[in-house]
Amino acid sequence: MFKWEKLGKVFDPADYRSESRPWLDEYAQAPSTLIFDKFVRVYFSCRPPRDESGQSVSYTAYVDLDRKNLINVLNIADKPILSLGKRGCFDEFGTYPTSVIRVGKEVWAYYAGWTRCVSVPFNVGIGIAKSNDDGKTFKRLGDGPILPYTPEEPFTISGPKIRKFNNLFYLFYVAGNEWLEIDGRSEISHRIRVATSKDGLNWKRQNEDIISNYWDEHESQASPDVIYANGKYHMFFCGWVPKNFRETGARKIGYASSGDLINWTRDDSKAGIAVSDKSNDFDNEMVAYPHVFELDGKTYMLYLGNSVGRHGFGIAELKGELT
Amino acid sequence: MQWQKLGQIFDFNSSPFAERFASHAQSPQALVLKDRVRIYFSTRTNDAPGQFLSHSQYIDFDFDFKSVVSYSDHEVLPLGGLGCFDEHGIFPLSPVRVEDKIYAYTNGIARRSSVAVETGIGFAVSADDGQSFERLGKGPLLSATTYEPFLVGDAFVRFLADKFHMYYLYGKKWSEPNGDQPSERVYKIGHAISNDGLVWNKTNKSIISDVIDENECQALPTVIQIRDRYHMYFCFRNMNGFRDDITRGYRIGYAYSDDLKNWTRDDTQAGITVSDSGWDSEMMCYPNIFECNKEVYLLYNGNNFGREGFGIAKLTNG
Repeated sequence: MFKWEKLGKVFDPADYRSESRPWLDEYAQAPSTLIFDKFVRVYFSCRPPRDESGQSVSYTAYVDLDRKNLINVLNIADKPILSLGKRGCFDEFGTYPTSVIRVGKEVWAYYAGWTRCVSVPFNVGIGIAKSNDDGKTFKRLGDGPILPYTPEEPFTISGPKIRKFNNLFYLFYVAGNEWLEIDGRSEISHRIRVATSKDGLNWKRQNEDIISNYWDEHESQASPDVIYANGKYHMFFCGWVPKNFRETGARKIGYASSGDLINWTRDDSKAGIAVSDKSNDFDNEMVAYPHVFELDGKTYMLYLGNSVGRHGFGIAELKGELT
Repeated sequence: MQWQKLGQIFDFNSSPFAERFASHAQSPQALVLKDRVRIYFSTRTNDAPGQFLSHSQYIDFDFDFKSVVSYSDHEVLPLGGLGCFDEHGIFPLSPVRVEDKIYAYTNGIARRSSVAVETGIGFAVSADDGQSFERLGKGPLLSATTYEPFLVGDAFVRFLADKFHMYYLYGKKWSEPNGDQPSERVYKIGHAISNDGLVWNKTNKSIISDVIDENECQALPTVIQIRDRYHMYFCFRNMNGFRDDITRGYRIGYAYSDDLKNWTRDDTQAGITVSDSGWDSEMMCYPNIFECNKEVYLLYNGNNFGREGFGIAKLTNG
């Protein structure tokens, strides 16, 4: 089992509410990093207060953490990195999550866009946007999603994580298998998938679930975060079991490893991060949406705490190595 | 082009479908079989007040289009499951024979919250001459992409000049709602090419020029080769007012091409327009052109988007 030492909560949106940031009220979900000389830019998705009909939208923004002391917030975005999509578009009601990568002098963001449906609550697609100012603001390539729905991946294509290994782009994401009707609500079961690309734009999809079930035959998987270390690829992800309200609301962190990025062996017993046993901690009920990155010889995990990041995210440092 | 109208050949209200469905017989699409012409159309049930589902059915005519040989009394292709792109309607189902199979390209409809619907192009195959179809998968074959962000649909596919060619519709914009006026869509006709009918290369551009304005809506392209020239019929309308103002509703448009890619629009050559009175006097829409016994025919809907049924015309200078 890996050993993660929790360093504490890094960012709580409640500490940064302000009239100049009406888009930031609660949640800091799905953190992902872009590393600079002096700081680590952490993208997250947040929400303004709900509208009069009780509906939420989500935006992606960032905080810059001190590279020498990651608990220290140096700067926070003064606006979201991307507007919401136009009427009728896949991303009209949300951009969450976002994963970024440097491509030459640009930064490319792969983000999940949310729209609202009638028979089910939402549908999700993955879009792409580009930044020419070191990831402060992004512009869409076009108004539609980069991964269309297909016969094999009919809905809720979400949770992008963009990586480049061996000169090839890898997009890890989730695709919906089925909508389940549970206690009168529609709950999605989506599973982790992978696509590859030479240019980051034209994608070849593997078209199969790459992480086997472990929690439940209808389990929902999310946040497929991949890092290379010690001769193999490590994936930390999270998930839940859409069953009853208690289980659907809960999140767990899983782990798998691979030699070739396509074939994965799941072994959750190695993940090594669990909820806090202190009743006041932000992560005493839940740890979720892991993002693992290397910095200055150390390996860190950013993760969400209770209520899927409603009160922010924290950081843990790996003791030892990913093997 | 010169057409002779043969009249309304299918009246929904006097048909056996009136027992099983609420109204409409929209977007007729022909499949010519050995001894009959099978005409698919979309008909409605109401699942809630003011809401409807479109289902694909067919009726078989003799080659004179006067006598009905048979009709579907079963689900030709059931609607999609919960959350799928074709959960709330299949309209139209466009068939094409490929060896001993019938391929169906469907326009799947699913309801949305901020706009009425989203659509995608589905794909299903029949091994029984089109009596029933099975989907390739739960999702669409073609749907929204970076530069065609919504409302991909209305595919018409033919094997021409050694390739599969698809003419289809894609959305350009959704207008902002205004008072009682809902958000209205604008859509154009696009072109894609394939070697197998499954993997498509879209050209990502509008191929038919506008005659009204940039908000002209163009739908249901249908193409036929006559000698060395390709002829396209489609329907078009204004973005607003098309439901109630007959001068802004659907009319038949026409374009021709010699290479399947570059099209010259010239509605004056269409050779068919609304009648002075009767079932197709206010509107003409959803054309489908096909060849049968060396004659060329045009199926279409008339007034009220095909609420009452569909009719047919025969080309007289083919």
